[in-house]
Amino acid sequence: MSESATLAWHQYRLERKMFWRNPTAAFFNFVLPLLFLFLFGAIFSGQQDDLDVLVPGIAGLSIMATTFSSLAMNITFLREEGVLKRVRGTPLPTGSYLTAVGANAVTNAFLQVAIVIVAGKLFFNIGWPKDWLELAIFTLAGVACLASLGVAYSHVIPNFDAAAAYQNIVFLPTIFISSVFFDVERMPAFLRDIAQALPLVHIIEGLRGALVTGEGAGDNLSALAVIGLWTAFGVFFAIRGFRWESRRA
Amino acid sequence: MSDAPAILVRDLRKAYGDVEAVRGVDFEVARGEVFGLLGPNGAGKTTTVEILEGYRARTSGIVSVLGLDPGHRPPGLRARVGIVLQSSGMYRHITVREAVAHWARLYPRPRDVAEVIALAGLQGIEDQRIRTLSGGQARRVDFALALVGDPELIFLDEPTTGFDPAARRAAWEVIRQLADLGKTVLLTTHYLDEAQALADRVAIIKDGRILAEGAPSELGAGSASRYRVAWRDESDEPQERETDDPTALLHQLTSAALARGEQLRDLSVSRPSLEDVYLELTAEERADV
Repeated sequence: MSESATLAWHQYRLERKMFWRNPTAAFFNFVLPLLFLFLFGAIFSGQQDDLDVLVPGIAGLSIMATTFSSLAMNITFLREEGVLKRVRGTPLPTGSYLTAVGANAVTNAFLQVAIVIVAGKLFFNIGWPKDWLELAIFTLAGVACLASLGVAYSHVIPNFDAAAAYQNIVFLPTIFISSVFFDVERMPAFLRDIAQALPLVHIIEGLRGALVTGEGAGDNLSALAVIGLWTAFGVFFAIRGFRWESRRA
Repeated sequence: MSDAPAILVRDLRKAYGDVEAVRGVDFEVARGEVFGLLGPNGAGKTTTVEILEGYRARTSGIVSVLGLDPGHRPPGLRARVGIVLQSSGMYRHITVREAVAHWARLYPRPRDVAEVIALAGLQGIEDQRIRTLSGGQARRVDFALALVGDPELIFLDEPTTGFDPAARRAAWEVIRQLADLGKTVLLTTHYLDEAQALADRVAIIKDGRILAEGAPSELGAGSASRYRVAWRDESDEPQERETDDPTALLHQLTSAALARGEQLRDLSVSRPSLEDVYLELTAEERADV
């Protein structure tokens, strides 16, 4: 392994250790989406059409919670606390650091999607994924897109006290209009248009193809294109606006 | 290579918009030297140090740290430099030992983790989580993290601000040990006694300019400064004389007192301390404004 890959690996292992040491983060990342799954699963009990929407929807919500939300919160916290500034003073290369932080979020996203798939199979009659390749493609694309947007969004959050509010104002409306709990077709046209412009509904569309309908990735190319555009936007601003210290000074 | 100064600063300037925080600063720090940047809050100490650490871009001037330009953030430089920032957070959910051990992995030739924990005075709390530490303990972790990479040069930005006297003495002990190890130390402080106790040389900085520079003893005994002789007279009134020649004055005073059959109580001869010079310099500066 090259020097910077070795350093990224050390940092990744520390990030994993810290994740499990921080009970609140573990709770929000793993318990909250499952809570939603079982809550709405109980409401839609016996209505397979609704459950077929809900399970891939919760998988998409999980990706957003573990990448976008947790990165926006964590990066803001580390920046305002001065941890990022301290890290910047060490030989750890920026690329290695961001790779480790991103890989930590990706690990959580994959774990969470796996848990949702198992729950869907055991409790909601969804069966095992129909198209594993498509599942991998849309999970990866979703993770890359929402992780980069999470880092980019942290640049907008002025301080940690405001972070929860900033995060929720994006996260909550997005999950409500993005086919997480009910089919977008039930919404008025203007809300549907907003949802279609955002990436989450397209990630969920791909996941539904992989988990439920079995329609392949080839049928969801336009969804991939929208996700790709948001990813490009996210990566550009994640790197360009990155701040290592708070603006206090 | 090793003859070159550890730090060289020439006509360094830094402006934030219209405000000039650093206005033409020059100094050099030799290898193995403990150099103190002494000045009141807002003097430009932290700005200067953060330019040397590579955190800020300078507006103009020449800066060299271990022969490299920190403005380009050369990767090799960060492995040779240890930084204690004025304030910085740390991962809260890992233990002291885990933190030091992780930091050690980031450096090519780290020191032994247990040795650094002992040097920084962290024995007994190495298995505590960072978030449970007191302010003084967290500051010792800052020291440990800055030392574990075995740097040649260590930046200490107001390392003891907010400490109680015992904690300050303990921190001074660590800094003296660094000097004994042959490390170069650049220390900023607004405590005069700290600069006096630790630094081989001191530069007094105010309003972004260096007003005086030299060894703490030389600065105190500069050309303008005189000896001060003080005592209490027979009616217990404090008396004080300043002189360039204390030998003659003492002879006069003591023979007069002996002739009268009296004592010169609390007789003392002192040279102006760094504090006197510091207050004199900053007061003159204030009078100019």
